[in-house]
Amino acid sequence: MKPVRITLTVNGIKRELDVMPNESLLHVLRDRLHIISVKGNCFRGECGICTVLMNGRPVKSCQVLAPEADGSEIVTLEGLVKNGEPSLVQKAFLEEFGYQCGFCTSAFVLLGEWIINNIPNPTEEQIKEVLNAVVCRCTGYQQIIKAIMKAAQWKREGKS
Amino acid sequence: MPDSYKYVGSKVQRIDKDKVLGGAEFAYDFELPGMLWAKLVGSPYPHAKIVSVDYSDALKVPGVVAVFTGEDFPFKVGLYAADRDVLARKKALYYGHPVAAVIAESLDAAEEAATKIQVEYEPLPYSLKVEDSLKPDAPIIHEEMHTYKHAVFIYPKPGTNIAHQTKVRKGNVEEAFSKADVVVEKVYREPLLSHYYLEPWTGIARVRSDGTVEVWSSHQSPFAVRELLSKSLSIPMNKLVVHHLYTGGGFGGKAGLLLEHLPILFSKKLGGRPVKLRLTARENFFYMAQRAGYLIKMKTGATKDGKLIAHWGEYYLDAGAYADYTVNMARAIGLTATGPYEIPNIHVDSFAVYTNKVPTTAFRGFTMQELHYAFESQIDELAHKLGMDPAEFRLLNVFKPGISRTAIGERLKEDAGDPATPIKEVVKMLSEDDEKPKKPWIVRGKGIAAFWKGPFQPSSAASSAIVKVNDDGTVDVLVGTGAMGQGTITALTQIVAEELGIPPEIIRVSPHRSTDMVPYTWQTVGSRGLFSEGMSVIMACEDLIEQVREVASIVFDVNKNMIEYSEGKACVKGEPWHCITLKEAALGYMNPKGVTVGGPLIGRGYYVPPRNVLTDPETGQVLEEGHLAPFYTFGAGGVEIEINLLTGEIKVLKAVSVYDTPAVNPGLAEGQVVGGTVMGLNIAMRERLIYDEEGEYKGVFPEGMLLNPCLTGYLLARASDIPEKIEFKFLGVKQKDAPFGAKGIAELTMIPWPAALANAIYNAIGVRITELPITPDKLIEEIRKQKPELLEQAEKYLEVNL
Repeated sequence: MKPVRITLTVNGIKRELDVMPNESLLHVLRDRLHIISVKGNCFRGECGICTVLMNGRPVKSCQVLAPEADGSEIVTLEGLVKNGEPSLVQKAFLEEFGYQCGFCTSAFVLLGEWIINNIPNPTEEQIKEVLNAVVCRCTGYQQIIKAIMKAAQWKREGKS
Repeated sequence: MPDSYKYVGSKVQRIDKDKVLGGAEFAYDFELPGMLWAKLVGSPYPHAKIVSVDYSDALKVPGVVAVFTGEDFPFKVGLYAADRDVLARKKALYYGHPVAAVIAESLDAAEEAATKIQVEYEPLPYSLKVEDSLKPDAPIIHEEMHTYKHAVFIYPKPGTNIAHQTKVRKGNVEEAFSKADVVVEKVYREPLLSHYYLEPWTGIARVRSDGTVEVWSSHQSPFAVRELLSKSLSIPMNKLVVHHLYTGGGFGGKAGLLLEHLPILFSKKLGGRPVKLRLTARENFFYMAQRAGYLIKMKTGATKDGKLIAHWGEYYLDAGAYADYTVNMARAIGLTATGPYEIPNIHVDSFAVYTNKVPTTAFRGFTMQELHYAFESQIDELAHKLGMDPAEFRLLNVFKPGISRTAIGERLKEDAGDPATPIKEVVKMLSEDDEKPKKPWIVRGKGIAAFWKGPFQPSSAASSAIVKVNDDGTVDVLVGTGAMGQGTITALTQIVAEELGIPPEIIRVSPHRSTDMVPYTWQTVGSRGLFSEGMSVIMACEDLIEQVREVASIVFDVNKNMIEYSEGKACVKGEPWHCITLKEAALGYMNPKGVTVGGPLIGRGYYVPPRNVLTDPETGQVLEEGHLAPFYTFGAGGVEIEINLLTGEIKVLKAVSVYDTPAVNPGLAEGQVVGGTVMGLNIAMRERLIYDEEGEYKGVFPEGMLLNPCLTGYLLARASDIPEKIEFKFLGVKQKDAPFGAKGIAELTMIPWPAALANAIYNAIGVRITELPITPDKLIEEIRKQKPELLEQAEKYLEVNL
């Protein structure tokens, strides 16, 4: 196998990298770019905690081959704080106690971002449907759901 | 909590905000320059002699530095009993048992080399069931048990597979059963479980040139890790530093002896270079200890006026190949014996039994979920036999603090809590908004379970804290407890804020700590963290306040009793213009002429459980008037469910629970309750580690293998699986010697659910399920056995509707 040159925009910064054709996006983000909020666990698409936003859509980064991500824009937890200001979803997670051990948190915050950007008035059922992609062992999900509901409401109200 | 508190009792935001904002660091993420990677190789047999290991090809892989086998480390390690090989020596004891380790410059090289290690085995007879391990001709898994070092309260039986036995003898059980009007005798079972914390176990170790060993790892209790490593590897504690970063969940699974000894030993052999061992989720199923399986035999008797008078039990814990915490868990379930009820005659034996499965250890609840599943099912059956309301029957027998004695003869303190009110409250909460199910093949039922639990710890389990004031008047708090998501460090911040009368924003309790930099605490287990650390921190604040008052009394030239402290300053009574603030006194108070009074403010506090005593090995009774635990939290849980008689599916409509204690932070407490409820119900309905215990799949899968080491086989609750409604209450009943009256809750929130669910099923359809998990296929099978007419009826409804 020969390395392939790809270009990624990660949290707004353009990166050029030589990756192996069978290398996962997760491996690139964690082990080459040292973005530690992107966690690994099962490496087979079951747990979902390696979720990142690729061109605005949540993907399980262990299931994306790095060459597939060529030219895409990647957003991780680190990319959500803008000028020192956390995103609405981050603020809502803090207010609603939407996390405990924190190992899956980045994945859920990113799913929350996708939800409030794509479903202006989400129901609890719709949120659950999206959250089913990621597993959390601590919270029992309820405070995560509340946080995302709150962030969606803030967004509707025009809060920033 | 009364309104008089400013910070305690309110929803102060979690202080570990970097988990949401970015930058939170776990051992999983931790790396050091020049670090090597380790990869383990597991046994493909459940029990086999290791004939030879050939790793010459592995050494040829570029980047490989070394390969180690069991013979490189010829000694045993362990928690309560040193029963564990560092890497399997002479024989492998379970499928997946690590027999060799590869160390390489990169993880990729280590992984490649691991596939090139050739091990020759000679398979041995094996046992995958407690019943098989107890047979006279059973293969003996630990032939050298007689040589194992073990704790004084652990009683192994060399020559058998019994790792420990606990006995409880109280009153005269035979006579009592002869007087009982109703008796229920049943056998309950629970499978082995996985904690499935999301951070797979990770450890990094290095040995400094002066011999100091440093380790960063994913653990619950830094000081317990230090103690175990110091003992097993003979490293003095001043040459051993355990670093605690954020831990990505534990649930008991990161409490016992973990794998830190591996990277330490590897590093020692490689000139002290840092070595990292980071497991994958799959490896975590095989290399880390899981939760024991349970076989619980119970016989319980009551009189027709509804008094419990006799209880007999044999409780077996399937300990797997190494028993770690499971020996002490056998002790916990034995000594607790029953739920929160006074029974004058008790005869219980509990055992931890070795099998050729993955090793086992503590799990959230420390046997109390399993005990209450069995005992609260017994209670429900007895109530039905007596024709009594199950809640009324419980209230007739539940402990009365100050009067009742427990199974081990401990007299509960007057302020031990309120076991009765939660039962009444749960019934009330379940009785609201009753509806009829919409389809005739769907039936509804309600069930409840009461519970109690205290921390099962050595009678001397200590903790300590230091509170120091910085130059600018802000405060640093040093504690030894682990931060694995439970929120203790936030609640401790609130307690310090309340005690010192200063805002939480100027207080820091670091989530990270090192054993050489913070004061001791025994362990972060048993729901004891906030209680023990809270007590220590309160004492440290009091100590600090005394120091400020002392300084103020000298500065203002008045007697110390004329100085009062509040809101961050010490003032002369009646002269509020004569004050010294924490900031002014932080490093010693300097008067305008330059004379300095006092020195840096450092408060010290500690907590050791008062009057905790040991129990008699033959009877399990307390050796003198005293306690087994410094607190017991009492509560009850209940569920309302719908059963689909066509599919066997259960839908939990409502899960309610009530706890007697106050909550220091309602937001954190809610997280514990919801998380514990979802975990407990998932254990009740879905989770199990699957082994081919009956040999049905011989020739299909490798023998003795754990069959579902992945999330498609081991089913965790997802967002859509949670109950429609989760409701809870904290009654606010205070214990006098508890931080702001509050007792532990973390494990308690998980205890009642399997019992409540089983009782709700019985309430709905009169079918008793005595084995977890209650999956749809198991429920249908049991209905077919116990109430076949229900299935026939349901099918008829379907025909009519079609």
